[in-house]
Order: sequence, then C-alpha cells, then structure tokens
Amino acid sequence: MDAIFLQILNGLDKGSAYALIALGLTLIFGTLGVVNFAHGALFMLGAFCAVTLNRILTISSTSIDPTRTDFLGNPMQVQTPYVEKWFGTEFGASLIEWSVPLAILFSIPIMAFVGLAMERGLIKHFYKRPHADQILVTFGLAIVIQEIVKYFYGANPIPTPAPDVFKGSFDFGVLIGYEANTILYPYWRLIYFSFAAAVICAVFAFLQFTTFGMVVRAGMADRETVGLLGIDIDRRFTIMFAIAAVVAGLAGVMYTPILSPNYHMGMDFLVLSFVVVVVGGMGSLPGAVAAGFLLGILESFASKAEVIAILPGINQVIIYVIAIFILLMRPRGLMGRKGVMET
Amino acid sequence: MSKTDFTRRGVLKTGAVAGGAMALPTIFTSKARAFTNEPTGANVTFGFNVPQSGPYAEEGADQLKAYQLAVEHLNGTGADNGMLDTFSSKALTGQGVLGKKVEYVSGDTQTKSDAARASARSMIEKDGAVMVTGGSSSGVAVAVQALCQEAGVIFMSGLTHANDTTGKDKRANGFRHFFNSYMSGAALAPVLAKAYGTDRNAYYLTADYNWGYTTEQAVREATEAAGWNTVATVLTPLGAGDFSSYITPVLGSGADVLVLVHYGGDMVNSLTNAVQFGLRNAQANGRNFEIVVPLFSELMAQGAGENIKGIIGSQNWDWKLENQIGAKYVGTNAFVQSFGNKYGTPPSQSAQTGYVQALLYADAVERAGSFNPCAVVEALKDFDFDGLGNGPTTYRGADHQCFKDVVVVRGKENPDDEFDLVEIVELTPVEQVTYAPDHPQFAGGNLGTCNPGV
Repeated sequence: MDAIFLQILNGLDKGSAYALIALGLTLIFGTLGVVNFAHGALFMLGAFCAVTLNRILTISSTSIDPTRTDFLGNPMQVQTPYVEKWFGTEFGASLIEWSVPLAILFSIPIMAFVGLAMERGLIKHFYKRPHADQILVTFGLAIVIQEIVKYFYGANPIPTPAPDVFKGSFDFGVLIGYEANTILYPYWRLIYFSFAAAVICAVFAFLQFTTFGMVVRAGMADRETVGLLGIDIDRRFTIMFAIAAVVAGLAGVMYTPILSPNYHMGMDFLVLSFVVVVVGGMGSLPGAVAAGFLLGILESFASKAEVIAILPGINQVIIYVIAIFILLMRPRGLMGRKGVMET
Repeated sequence: MSKTDFTRRGVLKTGAVAGGAMALPTIFTSKARAFTNEPTGANVTFGFNVPQSGPYAEEGADQLKAYQLAVEHLNGTGADNGMLDTFSSKALTGQGVLGKKVEYVSGDTQTKSDAARASARSMIEKDGAVMVTGGSSSGVAVAVQALCQEAGVIFMSGLTHANDTTGKDKRANGFRHFFNSYMSGAALAPVLAKAYGTDRNAYYLTADYNWGYTTEQAVREATEAAGWNTVATVLTPLGAGDFSSYITPVLGSGADVLVLVHYGGDMVNSLTNAVQFGLRNAQANGRNFEIVVPLFSELMAQGAGENIKGIIGSQNWDWKLENQIGAKYVGTNAFVQSFGNKYGTPPSQSAQTGYVQALLYADAVERAGSFNPCAVVEALKDFDFDGLGNGPTTYRGADHQCFKDVVVVRGKENPDDEFDLVEIVELTPVEQVTYAPDHPQFAGGNLGTCNPGV
C-alpha cells in the first residue's frame, strides 16, 4: 500500500512536468496550428534562467587570502559575492539561497520575450507551410538553442538547489497511520506539484474568464470568422505563444532543484510531451493535462522492480504501449476534437 | 592563317590523362607502404576522437585539452615538459616522435558508437592518422577498437571502464590504460565491508549498456564474497532524467545500501534523486542507509554538488595523489602543474588517462623505432613503466590492460575550494586487483594478431 501511494505521488510529480509542457504545446498548436518541436528548448531555457540568476547573484569580487593556497600552490583567491558586500552577509547569502524561487519573477519577462522573438522572428514565416516543414524548422531551432546554451554553460549538469527550508521530506506515513519514515516525499516535489496545479488553473481561468481568453477560444474554434469581425486575432495568438513560452519556462525554473539542469534536458521531455499531447488529443487543453498525469503515474508504476521482473523492459516502453492502445481505441486521443489535424 | 586545335573535349581529355599521370606515383607509393598511413614526410598525425557533444562532452573537452598538452610536450613546444621529465622511459626527447613533428586531428564521438566510428574512419582515411585515441564510453571504445583493428592502426582507448574493452571485445591493436569494472569491485569490496559491515543488503540501479552490466556484476560478485546480500538489480534506461520512480521502491525493499551503477549526467541525477528522497538520512534494518557509486569522476562530483558528500567510489587517478599519498605517484604533480598553468583547473582522470596514453604510444614508437602497429604492439606488450602518476604500472601482454593501484575515494564533507571535491580513502595495491586473463568476467574474447593494414 505504501509503495502504491509513493508511486502515485511520483506519477503526479512527473505528470505535472509533462502536463505543463504539453499544455504549452497544445496552446501553440491550438492557436497557431504549429507543431513546435522547440518547446522542450523553452523548458530548458527556463531552467537556465534559474542558473543565470544564481550566477548573477554570485558575481564576486576577488581578494587574496595569503594563509591558504590553491591547487597550484599559489595564494588562494577568495570570491565574495557583491550582494553579500552590499546587503550584508546574511541577507546576501539568503538572496543567493533563494535564487530558484526568485527566478520565477526573473524568468517571466525573459521567457515572454524569447517567445515573442521566436514567433515573430521565425515561426510566423512557416504558418502556411506543411507541418513537416514546421517540425523541421522548430527541431532545428531547438538544436541551435541547445548548442548556444552548451557554449555558455558547458555540458555538465549544474547543481541549482532549492532553499534550505525546502530540503528534507514530508512524512506522509505518519499522516495516514503508518510508521514514521515509511512514506517520505521531498518537500520540493510537493511544491512543484502544487505550483504546476496553480499554473494550469491560472491558464484555464485566463482562457475561460477573461475577454482576451474568450476571443482566443473563439479564434481557436473559427479563426476566419473572428478575423472577419475585425479582431486582430494574429496579435492575440502571438501573445498566446509568449504565454506558452512562459509556462514552459516556469516549469523549467521550478524543475531545477529536482534535476540539475543541463543543455539537453529539454529534449528528454519533448518526445514524451508529444506523446502526452497525442494521447490527450491534439488541440485539447484538458486532454493534455489529463494525459500528462495519467502517463506520469503509469510510468511510475512500470518502474517498480516487481513489475520489471514480470515484464522486463516495460519501464522503457510503457508510455508508447499505452499511447498505441489509446490511439487504437480512440483515434483522436482521450479528448480530441473532430477535424484537428484531419483533412 | 593559324588554326588552333583546342576544343573543350580535348582540353578535358588531356587534363584527365595528365591528372591520372600525376596521381600515378602516389598510387604506387601508397601500395608500397608497409602499413596503414605510414608517415613519409616530416610530420606524423595522431587522431584524437573524443566526445565534444552529448552527455560526456565535458569529459571529452578535458581529455582534448590533455591531448593538446601532450602534443606540445612531445614536440618540445610547451611551457614545460610535463610528465616527460618523470616518465621512467627516457626514449622521448621532446623532439617529436622518431624525429617527426606531431600534428593532430580531432573528431567528435558524440558518445554514439556509429558517430565515433565514422569520425575515426574519417581521421584514418582522410587525415592519415597513424593512431586513434580517446573517448569516454565503453560502447564507443569497443566499436572504435574494432574499427582500428580492421583498419590497421593502433587504438589507445580513453576513459572506458567496462570489462569488455579488454575482455570479450579485446583486440591486438587496442590498449587500455584506464582501470576496469573488475578492479573497481575488487578495490571497493574490502573498503565497503570495513566502512559499512559485512552483512549488508544491496539494491542495484544499473545503466542499461555494457559498462553497466559488467560493473554491476563485478561489484556484486566482490561484495557478495565479502558477505553482502543482493536484494534486487534494476536496469535503468540511459538518460532517464528523473530516477524518482526507481528510487522510491528502494526503502521498502529490505535493502540498506543502494549501489548506483550510473555515470555522467545519469549518476548526477540518480544520486540527487536518492538524496532528495531522504536515503542519506534514512534507517533500514536498524542501520544507516548508505549509497555507493562504483565509478567516480571529479566532473561528476561537480555536477552532483553537495549530494556527493560522504559517498564512496573508485577512480583511476586523482590530482592530489602525489601530495597526499607520496612520491610513489610521481608524475602527478608535474602533470597538474603543467595542465593547471595552461588551463586554470586541475586535470580530471579523463584528461590524465588521455595524456598518458598519448605519451605511452609515442614512447613505444620511439623504442620500437617504427610507427608500424605490429612493432608498437611488441613494444607495449608487458611493458613496465613508472612516473606517469599511477605508480609502477604494467601493460599486460595477454589482454593489453594496464595493471596499477586503484584509488578509492569519498565525496569530501568540507571542501577547501571548488576543485577539492573528493578525498582519497585508500590506494588499493595492484596485487589485490590483478586477475587471470581467463577470469570468467573477461571470458570469450580473442586478442588475435596485430594488423598493420595495407
């Protein structure tokens, strides 16, 4: 029982990352009709916003400590971050420690700008081209972004820990009547799940309860009619692209304490997120979210040693097996609408 | 009245005949060569095939720096002579190799066997490399080694730790300086038994490729011989990203030790996950839960940050060896000074093994008096040397594996600076990690005979 509970928690956690990325993908596909293979790169860029803020906060002045030596036997150079000099050691250190939560604010304008630049600068030229062209150009863009990040930050994962308050684990066991230390779950993963839920709700609320959202939904349903009513739907869709980029970026920022970011982390998520979108139903936002959580939980269960003992290798293929199964049963995916990607 | 006989076709025909005639002598000379890419001019080309992209790009970048340093030292153009001054063989003089200036070409293995083979093939066929060296993955090492055997050039492998490289996939033209899975197991088992007791229950998460299999087997057999019990072994996909669903079942499984047979980014991720899920502070079977990482690297320790603290593992070499353990590991400081002054960081073990391999090859050529692969093989066979940072070392002729002491390390609790990430726990003497060439973990391979190509 405790193992099942843990795997469900794991699945929710992994599912929230899939759901956030898939949500952005679906937003872009639903509005602009573009299959954006560079979306994983946006997730990665978000994570590197957190790394960059950490680097900015730790820009240091160098002084020589004659009592210590470095690895070459020369006097040791000691780095003191400017924020510690300016704001006092304690406050400065806590600013650095809280760099990941602070990066949420830092990343929003950056990701919005990246989203706008990407859409206006490149992707808009491919709206009338076949999906295959769109996939090729966005995939190429993803590789270019990856290599740029690698050039500046190297290929190694960069540890970006959460603030000390969030280290450690929450003891679910005690809460539901088990012994202490049987069902532990890290605080930060619980925060990630709650954060993802909040972002998903915010996006849905924005689309459902604002005039802007209403126009966008109308545009998704019938772009031509909305355009004939004199509404500049393209501008709104461009803004939606920026919002999707921000959602992917935030997912990346908050993921950094879970996995040390590296330049190809986006690709690892991208393929799975596409499966999530297809299983959820192309163009369906609730479908993407539901499929994200569903596949996350199933993947977690398939990784249990007992399951692998019965079906070796199932952990590596489960998502695709489920995808095939669902597409055979419901060819448009869980909540797919008629007419999307169909001619 | 004059008439010119030049027609477009005529010019083309004449050109083709003239071109063919000019190419003729080289065709004959290439036939006349005694072995593949025999250097005939004033220069000789080495091929450095390292991962410049992909998950091990950082290890590759450090290795390439070391190779460039080796070339400077071989040609006598560096700021110092590096390990040439401490190397027990004095055949190299810093005047090139056999009087020829060393040049190099580099390729990107991408940590993929097919890309690595393509890049090695291009270096051999297009650039005329007389030897190929480098790499940071056993899958790549085995693939490139087989290619070099067919092509008739020497392969001096880089960072490759799977038993297979000098076990079932060994080749006469291939040589490994790096230690292997068996040696890690043999070195770690006594240290682990001493640190954590002889009645532990281990759970293995193993990377799903040849290095993972042989390392898991080596550590499992060695620790079981010391009294440990194996609870479960689970294969994990390469580049799984988040390992949480593999980590969570560990605590309830009855295990009290988790062995992470992962390397590079996977190791950083799985270790980070394990620490996040409280395994470092957990209790199991009435004892502290422990984590073991059989193959360590400084670059990985950097990625894992503070999660590496207190974790035991093994290394081929460490830049602090000579200062902390003693003059037996002479050469270490010479290399660290040379590398540190040029690049500003201490070298990783990936860099050291690359640098040493380049020097060992050049030295063997010098002693043999020829670049012929078969002469080089003879010169390296059962070659005893010292002064390259690992203490007295032998290149065993039976499998082309180096035998030397193994470094057992632990993630340092209170590092002095950003490079001081691991502390040396013990140097396991070479006798303790030596095995017979026909040991079951290495069975099934055949060295064959050297191939000079052509």
